[in-house]
Amino acid sequence: MNARTLNPESNFIEREPYYEPVGGEIAIFEAAYANRLPVLLKGPTGCGKTRFMEYMAWRLKRPLITVSCHDDLTASDLVGRYLVKGGETCWVDGPLARAVRSGAICYLDEIVEARKDTMVVIHPLADDRRALPMEKLGLILEANDDFCLAISYNPGYQSVLKDLKQSTRQRFVALEFDYPNASLEAKIVATEGRVDAALAERLVKFAQMTRNLKGSGLEEGASTRLLIHAGKLIANGVPPVVACRSAIAQAITDDAEMLAAVQELSSSLF
Amino acid sequence: MQKLPPLSAEQIGIFLEATLEAEFSFLRLDDLIADIAPLPRAQQDYLLDWIKRISTTNIEIAYQFAGRAVSLLDKLDRRVLETWALTAMDTYDRTGLRDALLVIRNVEQFVHSSEIRTAGTVFEDVSGILLTFVHGLSGRKLKLEQADAPFTDSETLFLPAVISWMSTVEDNFSLAKAMVAFQWAQTRFGSFRADLHEALADYPDQTHALNCFFALETLRLEACLARELPGLTRDMLRLKQQSGSAALTPVWQAFEIRLAHPDTSVETSLACVAEAYPHPAPQPVCYQGELRPDIVAGVLAARLEREKMLLRVKLSELVDDLHKQQDETEKKPPVFNLKPPEEGNTPQIDQFEITLNDMPIAPPDDVRQLITSIKLDLGDIPPEYLTPAGDGEYDPRLYQDEARDPDDVWQGTYHEDGAFLYPEWDCGRKHYRKNWCVLREKDVRPAEPGYVKDVLARYGGLVKHLRKTFEAMRDENRMEKRQVQGDEVDIDALVEALADARDGSEMSDRLFTRMHRSERNIAVMFMIDMSGSTKGWINDAEREALVLLAEALEVLGDRYAIYGFSGITRKRCEIFRIKRFDEPYTPEVKARIAGITPQEYTRMGVAIRHLSKLLMEVEARTKLLITLSDGKPDDYFDVYRGQYGIEDTRQSLIEARRAGIHPFCITIDREAKAYLPHMYGAANYIEIDDVKKLPLKAADIYRKLTT
Repeated sequence: MNARTLNPESNFIEREPYYEPVGGEIAIFEAAYANRLPVLLKGPTGCGKTRFMEYMAWRLKRPLITVSCHDDLTASDLVGRYLVKGGETCWVDGPLARAVRSGAICYLDEIVEARKDTMVVIHPLADDRRALPMEKLGLILEANDDFCLAISYNPGYQSVLKDLKQSTRQRFVALEFDYPNASLEAKIVATEGRVDAALAERLVKFAQMTRNLKGSGLEEGASTRLLIHAGKLIANGVPPVVACRSAIAQAITDDAEMLAAVQELSSSLF
Repeated sequence: MQKLPPLSAEQIGIFLEATLEAEFSFLRLDDLIADIAPLPRAQQDYLLDWIKRISTTNIEIAYQFAGRAVSLLDKLDRRVLETWALTAMDTYDRTGLRDALLVIRNVEQFVHSSEIRTAGTVFEDVSGILLTFVHGLSGRKLKLEQADAPFTDSETLFLPAVISWMSTVEDNFSLAKAMVAFQWAQTRFGSFRADLHEALADYPDQTHALNCFFALETLRLEACLARELPGLTRDMLRLKQQSGSAALTPVWQAFEIRLAHPDTSVETSLACVAEAYPHPAPQPVCYQGELRPDIVAGVLAARLEREKMLLRVKLSELVDDLHKQQDETEKKPPVFNLKPPEEGNTPQIDQFEITLNDMPIAPPDDVRQLITSIKLDLGDIPPEYLTPAGDGEYDPRLYQDEARDPDDVWQGTYHEDGAFLYPEWDCGRKHYRKNWCVLREKDVRPAEPGYVKDVLARYGGLVKHLRKTFEAMRDENRMEKRQVQGDEVDIDALVEALADARDGSEMSDRLFTRMHRSERNIAVMFMIDMSGSTKGWINDAEREALVLLAEALEVLGDRYAIYGFSGITRKRCEIFRIKRFDEPYTPEVKARIAGITPQEYTRMGVAIRHLSKLLMEVEARTKLLITLSDGKPDDYFDVYRGQYGIEDTRQSLIEARRAGIHPFCITIDREAKAYLPHMYGAANYIEIDDVKKLPLKAADIYRKLTT
């Protein structure tokens, strides 16, 4: 079977992604979108930020262009660059430029990881100018009315070097995400991980135990995503204690003593 | 390998006489020599080596050890024998000769307890895991300590030093875990919410009544645990079977069923006591531990008082914060309310919402902790707890932790209070002395900040030169040409490639330019010798060198910290803060550099251990520990002056290197060649022959080190 290839502009989400709203985030996003305001999602890893974006893209019927930022990501990676083709140079749009032209939703994941110069590019897009300066072409690209900019960051594990500057963050409508409350989280784990409600509840309880340890040796407790992973393993016949070790404990820490303690917690629970 | 002939009695005699200083100690060596002489050479060497190692600590211990060890050589594992000797030396360090000799004499007991230890669970080994385990379970942040029996005072969980009731290590660990979980359950499921004294006062046999109550409460808690932690309950059942607990009598089985209901509380258990009293109480289960109501009552009363105060103070702080953000007109008398979360079928004790004047607020973590803790004690939060404290209602001293002046603590009897304890390497013993050095961080008394300006003026030309050199060192962004991938097309490369293509040769694919950005990721710790011997021009040179270094490092942007070290005896080692890593180069720092004054001695090992620890907390690719020193390690009338000090310093540097730190030493001691290569390694030190050159050279050395 051949894998499907897609142009970023035509990356429409066709099937409704599973998403459980936790507050007014859908209404706020829609209002922001209607008013062409950019959106900042913040929250710990694996709590559903990316899934929310997929859901909103489906809901608003816009293609979603996601860029996962890394520490080597430059402005040209977003805007575009000249390439050489058959003895001539030709311009190739970057993902951000494509989104701006076609009116897609551009989602810059973990924006603080990117190099400082990328911020300069998104600033004019994020205020009322809504324009993308393309320095190398000497052009300014005005954003399509349907275009929407969203960025995410995790305030939890930020080092001093990687903080979102005020000048950047004050351009965005901010939506805060956290792990959903216990019963909702259990519902999500049950649906996504395909396990029964009782087991999902236990998994959530286990996650809360690890979240209790945040600050006393753990950087971050187990995320909803990890619970779903564990749930899927269990649904496939892996014993719960083993699934918790592989999908959760080993994923959140390397420290031998912490690992042993987390292991004791899961073996007490299941 | 060539087998050596055994040592003769005469040779052994000479060795022992020298090692045990027979001439002065008047120890009788004849029997000992007669015992050792017939042994094979390997055993002789082993024994004599250990006698020598112990003799560096104490001759009497070494002598007693020798007397007993000969007969034990065949019986005991070498490892046990060595632990025995080391335990004796540790005991000597801690409590003196008498206790150490007791360890040596009671060798049978030592061997016995070490056998128990191999199968048992030792508190020190598992406390870390179990404490984390308990913290994960929710509720109050409990502590875990060692005591004579397993019990809890509702704030601290106690376990015995060794748990060895089961036959295997795994089972003993399971037992320890069950004990901890059971004690946690007592705090979590409200075993202490009733006044036992009052409730049981009418029974003629108080002890029996209490036993009945505890047995009933155990049944109730087991049911709670079975609902909460089914996995643990399985383990507990297994442990109960293995420890041979008798089955419950029918009367108690009826209680078990009644107490298994989810709606029971400690009151239910108390209500059952009357019925249970005429019957004998069942045998305690292995993980149940003891119930000590008096201790609990005392701790509970003190905690309630304290937490009520703390909560009310914190709430009033919350109100103050909120009022600051609001206008005057919006101020209303604050009314706090607590309610369980709107949804959720299993209400958790630490999930609740707080409202202030009907607006939900997000309480800080400490408030959340406090409310959880109070709810554990009382089941709910009484309204008076939610009234913010008025101004001056509580004495601030009651809830503020006062930072004690380190100088005061030094002078007091408890001068080890809050100090850092570090081990020290004893080269004679070839082992560490545990918690040997007592170290404290102090601030340097600042002097005139104008000092820095004077120094800079004096070295005007050099400073300019330094700035230029270090600016050039800043690894700035540069354009890399002819890359396979990049931001822009490299026109030169493209033209060349096209020309190549035309004339039929291979066309290069390196056609792009790429911005190369690299960050220097260096953290450097300067460790400044502040011993008495630096008095005068050495001290001046050190301070001037620091001023110039700081100037260079500010240009360069490397992270750096400056600490001085000195002290007198192992009980008073001192580290002087001059600049921390997270502190900018402020006028205060400058004043502190100016204020560096010679103090006492140079016990280097402990300083290196402490500063390596600080350096390890910093995230950096390269970590440097640079020592500015004027001579050998030394301490007040102490063995530290000689080989011992050098070996300890060497060992501490090895530890630092193992942790990924690069140590380097700049010294002005002309004799340094005799000992520094041994301590730092051949290439990791530099000797400056003229003190006056130190300021000029220090920055230069740093430059060479980091490029």
